Amino acid sequence: MTTTEIVDMITVVIDGFEVSVPKGTLVIRAAEQLGIQIPRFCDHPLLDPVGACRQCLVDIEINGRAFPKPQASCTIPVEPGMIVKTQLTSQVADKAQKGVMELLLINHPLDCPVCDKGGECPLQNQAMSNGQGQTRFEGVKRRFEKPINISSQVLLDRERCVLCARCTRFSDQIASDPFITLNERGALQQVGIYEKQPFKSYFSGNTVQICPVGALTGASYRFRARPFDLVSTPSACEHCASGCDMRTDVRRGKTLRRLAGDDASVNEEWNCDKGRWAFKYVTAIDRLTHPLVRNDAGDLVQASWPEALSAAAKGLKENRSAVLVGGRATYEDAYGYSKFARIALGTNDIDFRSRISSDEEREFLAARVVGSTTTYRDIDRADHVLLVGFEPEEESPIVFLRINKQFRKRALKVTAVASKLSIGVDKLKGQFVKVAPGQEAAAIAAQTLSAQSIILVGERASESAGALTAVAALADSTGAKIAWIPRRAGERGAIEAGAIGNLLPGGRPVADAAARVDIAALWGISVLPSQIGRSSDEIFAAVNSGAIGALLVGGVDPLDGINSQAALSALDTAFVVCLEIAPSEVTMRADVVLPVAAITEKSGSFLNWEGRARSFDAAVADSLNRSDLRILSMIAEEMSAPLKLSTVSAAAKEIASLGPWEGARASMKAVNAEKAPTLSGDQFILNSWRRLLDLGTLQKGEENLAGTARQTIAVISPKRAQAMGVADGDLLKISSALGSVTLSALVEDIHDDAVWAPRNSQGSQLLINLGVGHGAVVSVVKI
Amino acid sequence: MTKLVPVLSEHWDEKDSFTIEAYTRHGGYKASQKALAMDPDAVIQLVKDSGLRGRGGAGFPTGMKWGFIPQGDNKEHYLVVNADESEPGTCKDTPLMMANPHVLIEGCIIAAHAIRAKHAFIYIRGEVTHVVRRVNQAIEDAYKAGHLGKGIEIVLHVGAGAYICGEETALLDSLEGFRGQPRLRPPFPAIAGLYAMPTVVNNVESIASVPAIILNGAEWYQSMGTEKSKGTTLYSLSGHVKNPGQFEAPLGITLRELLELAGGIREGHRLKFWTPGGSSTPIFTDEHLDIPLDYEGVAAAGSMLGTKALQIFDETTSIIRAVLRWTEFYKHESCGKCTPCREGTWWLVQILRDLDAGIGTEEDLNKLLDICDNIAGRSFCALADGAVAPIISSLKYFRQEYLDQLANKGPLFDPMDSTLFVSAKAGA
Repeated sequence: MTTTEIVDMITVVIDGFEVSVPKGTLVIRAAEQLGIQIPRFCDHPLLDPVGACRQCLVDIEINGRAFPKPQASCTIPVEPGMIVKTQLTSQVADKAQKGVMELLLINHPLDCPVCDKGGECPLQNQAMSNGQGQTRFEGVKRRFEKPINISSQVLLDRERCVLCARCTRFSDQIASDPFITLNERGALQQVGIYEKQPFKSYFSGNTVQICPVGALTGASYRFRARPFDLVSTPSACEHCASGCDMRTDVRRGKTLRRLAGDDASVNEEWNCDKGRWAFKYVTAIDRLTHPLVRNDAGDLVQASWPEALSAAAKGLKENRSAVLVGGRATYEDAYGYSKFARIALGTNDIDFRSRISSDEEREFLAARVVGSTTTYRDIDRADHVLLVGFEPEEESPIVFLRINKQFRKRALKVTAVASKLSIGVDKLKGQFVKVAPGQEAAAIAAQTLSAQSIILVGERASESAGALTAVAALADSTGAKIAWIPRRAGERGAIEAGAIGNLLPGGRPVADAAARVDIAALWGISVLPSQIGRSSDEIFAAVNSGAIGALLVGGVDPLDGINSQAALSALDTAFVVCLEIAPSEVTMRADVVLPVAAITEKSGSFLNWEGRARSFDAAVADSLNRSDLRILSMIAEEMSAPLKLSTVSAAAKEIASLGPWEGARASMKAVNAEKAPTLSGDQFILNSWRRLLDLGTLQKGEENLAGTARQTIAVISPKRAQAMGVADGDLLKISSALGSVTLSALVEDIHDDAVWAPRNSQGSQLLINLGVGHGAVVSVVKI
Repeated sequence: MTKLVPVLSEHWDEKDSFTIEAYTRHGGYKASQKALAMDPDAVIQLVKDSGLRGRGGAGFPTGMKWGFIPQGDNKEHYLVVNADESEPGTCKDTPLMMANPHVLIEGCIIAAHAIRAKHAFIYIRGEVTHVVRRVNQAIEDAYKAGHLGKGIEIVLHVGAGAYICGEETALLDSLEGFRGQPRLRPPFPAIAGLYAMPTVVNNVESIASVPAIILNGAEWYQSMGTEKSKGTTLYSLSGHVKNPGQFEAPLGITLRELLELAGGIREGHRLKFWTPGGSSTPIFTDEHLDIPLDYEGVAAAGSMLGTKALQIFDETTSIIRAVLRWTEFYKHESCGKCTPCREGTWWLVQILRDLDAGIGTEEDLNKLLDICDNIAGRSFCALADGAVAPIISSLKYFRQEYLDQLANKGPLFDPMDSTLFVSAKAGA
C-alpha cells in the first residue's frame, strides 16, 4: 500500500532564482534549496523557530509590497509572490547581518585558541563568511566565572554563549526534559539549571552538539583535541537497537568523542548520552591482546595464533559442541557464528539470547519478528502506540524521542502495560495499564487497537508467560503492527543471521526442509542439521548433564541470566573456546581465549529493531585485532570445514545473495499466563528493568556519564507503604532465597503487589544479588 | 480660554474620587449597564465609530482590535489590561488608577462583554504597591456591589517589575507564569494570546475611556480631537516645568499650549528639548512647540505620540547625560532574547559613558549612529527601536553639543544645575 501525500508547492524568487518548495517551508530553508546559505545561530530545522539571534535577516517583498525592515528568514514561511533578497543581493540585508555579527562578537571572548569548538564553530565560521574582519568594540566585555558544571558531563562557559536558546529548546521540545532554562536578562542572560537540580537528562549531549559556540562542552572531551586533528568515521551505535547513525572521531588511534549522525529516518540528528559518551570501555577495560590456551597445569597462558587455533579446533571437533553468541555481535559476525555452528559443528544448538529468555519468545521471534518491516515511520503514522515489556526512554531512547515527537506534535496516544508508571511514560502522558508482574497477558488481550496502531514489544515481554502470545493474538485481531525492540544492538541481526536454534539465515525455519535445502545450496554443502537446536538455558543444562562437551562463546556475560549458577558450572565443565575483547567470567573458565576487535576497530553492520542495516567502517585504522568472523573462519579452516568468509565484505555479499524467504513462517504455540502467586505479609512480586545508565559493561570508565544516572531506589505503592509505615527515603530490604539488596524507598504509582528496583544499577544488581527476575516473589521489609 | 477637557480626570480633585460611592455618585456603572444590554457587536461598532485609538503608545484603533477576536469559536476569550506602566516619563495610568480605579473596572466589564470574554486580567507593575492595593480594593468593592461576578471576573496580577512586560506578548508570557520575553508573531494575541486563546490586550487609559464613550456616544467622542485622532487624552508633563502633572485635553493640543497650562518652564530658564511620548520617542526641541500633539502630527515631525509623556528639559541639562541615562535604562531592561538589543545596549552605554566624560572623536559619533542603524529595525521587538530613538534624535538636533563636549575633553554641564533643589536654593 502506498499513500501519496499531496503537497502544495509554492514558488518564490530568492536572489533572482526561482525555487518551488512545499507550503510552510521557511525562507531560510527555501534558500538552502538553491544553495544559498543564510547565516544563522538560533535556527535549527528540528526545533520550533524562535527568531532570537537575528543573524538571518533578509529583505522580503510580497507581491510588490516590501517589508519596511529586514526580516528573520528563519521565522517566515514562504508565500506566493515572495521575492527574497539575501546578503548576496541586498546591501541592507548584508549590512544587517554584518551588524548582528559584530554585536554577537562584542561580548564573545577571544579564547578560540583554547576553545573546544575552535575549528568547527559556527560562530567562528560565520564571522569569517558574514562578518567584518575588524571589531570596532573598544569597551569592556561581559565576564563570568568559567566554566560551571550544569551536570557531571556538561560544562557551561557562560561568556561564550550567544543565547540562541537551542539547548533550552532542545531539552524542552525534543527531550521533554526542561531542566535547563534561560535566567536573568539583558547581556547577563544565561543558561541555568534549577537550584541543586543538575541537568540530568538522558539526552543532554545533544545540547553540546547543537551549541553553535563553545558554551556547552562535554566534560570528557574538554581540552582533549582540536577538531582538525581528528579523523572522523561514519559509524553506528553499538549500545542499543535504536540504530543511531553516528560519527566517531579518533586521534592517533584513540577514540576521543562520538557525535550523533544525521539520519532523518532513524535518529534525525539526536542520540542519547550513552551512545555519545560511553566508548572508553574499548580502552578502559583490560583488553586481551594475545591468544590464551589452558595448559596441562590448568593455567591460561599466552599462546601463538596457530597454537590457539589448533587447540580450539581440536576441542570443538572432539566434543559435541554448541554456540553461544551475545546480543552485541555485528550482523556479519552473527552470520559467521550461525554458519560455523551448522558447518563446522553440525548443530543447530546456537542462541544469541544471553539474557532471560523463553521458548515462547523464540517461537515469537521466528513467527513474528524475523523479516518484519515495521519502522520508525510506522510510529509517525500510528494512531496508538502500545508498550509491552518496554520502557522506551530506558531501553531504546531514540524510539522514545520519536514517540515523544508525535506526542507533542499531534497528541499521539500511548498506552503502557506495566507494573510501574515510568518517568518516560509519564512524560508521554501515556495511559498506564497497571498489572501485577507476570499478569501482562490478560491486560494486553483487553486492549483496543486499530490497523493503524503499533505494538512495541520489549525483550522483557519474554519474562511474562503468555505476554507474547497475547501480543500476537492482539495484532491478528486488530491488524496492528508489531515491532519487537530488544535492548542490544545485535539481536535483530542475530535473528536474521539465524544465530538461534529454530532459524537459519534469512528467516528460514530450521524445521522446513526446503529452507534447509536453500541454505545448504548457498553454502555448498550437502546437508544441514534438521533438528531444532537448544536454547541458551537448554545448552547450559545439556553441558551439565554431559550431553554437550564443548562451547564456542562470544560476547556473553553468564551473569545476565537468572540461571547464572547453571551457566557458570557449565562453563567450568565444558571445553570452552571464547572470543572476547576483555577478561570476563567466561574467559576465566575458557580453555582457549581468542582476542577480537572491538566495535571501533572493525567494519560491519548492525540491524536495528527495524531490521535496517546500520553499517560502519573501522574508526581506528591499523588495528591488529581481528573480527569474530575472521577468527571463526580460521578455526573452521583448522577444522577442515571452511566457512569461505574471510572478510566482513565477503559475509555481507553472501548475506545479500540470500533472497527473502518465500515459504511459510514458523508457527507459534500459544502459551498461557501463569496464575498470579498468592502473597502473604511482606511478600511482593519483583518488577525491574535496566536503566539506560547503569553498571553495563560498555559504560565502564565513564565517570562523568555515570554521574547523571538516575538514583537507585526501590518503589512500592502508597497503599503498601502506608501499611508498612514507609516514607520516601526509608530503607527497604528486598530479599530472595539467594540474597538481598537494601535500597532507599520511593513511594510511587506502582501495582500494590509489586516492588520495583533497577536491574543492574549501583547497589541493585538484582540478577546477581537476588538471582531472580520479573515476576518472582520476594520479601520486602523496612529496616 | 482653557483647553482642558477633563473626562477621565473630571473628578480627580474630589477627596474620595477613588471610592465606589464617588464613582456611582457621578453616574458610574451606568455605562456598563447600558453596554451589557447591547449586542456585543454593537458595542464594538460603537467603539469603532468613536475613533478611540490605543493609548499605550502605538495608537491602534481599539474597536478594530476588538473586532479581530474570532466570534463563535467556542473558545475562551480573554481581556488583558496592560497596566505595566514602566517607561521613563510615562505616568498617566498610575494616577488614573489611583484617582479612579472604577472607571477602569467598568471599562473592563464593557470590553469583556464586547469581545465575549468572561475573564479580564489587569497586569500591574509590581513596584507600585499603592496602586495595586487601590485597584484590589476597587475590585473587591465592585464584586460586593454586584458589578463583577455575574459573568465577568477580574483578576489582578502583579508583575515583578520588568519594562519588557509592557510589551503585550511578553506580558502574556509573564501572566502565564513564564519569564517575560516577547513571543514570535504570528500568531497574534487576537488569535492565540493568553493560554493560546483569543485575547485583547489594551492599555489602562484605552479601557478607561470606554465608559464615557458608551454613555455619551460615538459622535460626542468624535467631536473632540483632530481628524484622525479623536477624543481627549492625558498629557503628562514632567521635568523642568512649574506645575508638572496630568493635563487632559483633546488630541492635537500643542506643547506651547500645554506649557501655558503648566505655568511654563521653570523660572529663569528656557526649553532645550523634550520627549513627546516617553523616552522611547525621538526627542523634540523648541522648534517643535507648535506641533499638534496627535498621532499624525507628531509622526509627521519625525517622532511618535507614544504615551504622551512630555518630559521637559531646560538649557541646564546635558543632552549627552540625559541620553546616557535613558540608554542605561534600556540596557538594564533589555530582556536578552535578541542580539541587537541585548548586545547593542551593552555597547551603546559604554560609548555614551565615554562621550559623557568627553572621551572620543567625531568618528565615534558616526560609529554610534552606525551601531544604532544596526540595532533599529533589526531586533525582535520594539524595545531596541525605542532604545536608539533618543540617541539618533539627539545627534540630529545636538550634534554640536557632542562635539563641544569632546573638544572640552570633559562635561560641559554641571549636573547640579539641572536639579530642582539647586533652583530652590537659588530662589531662597
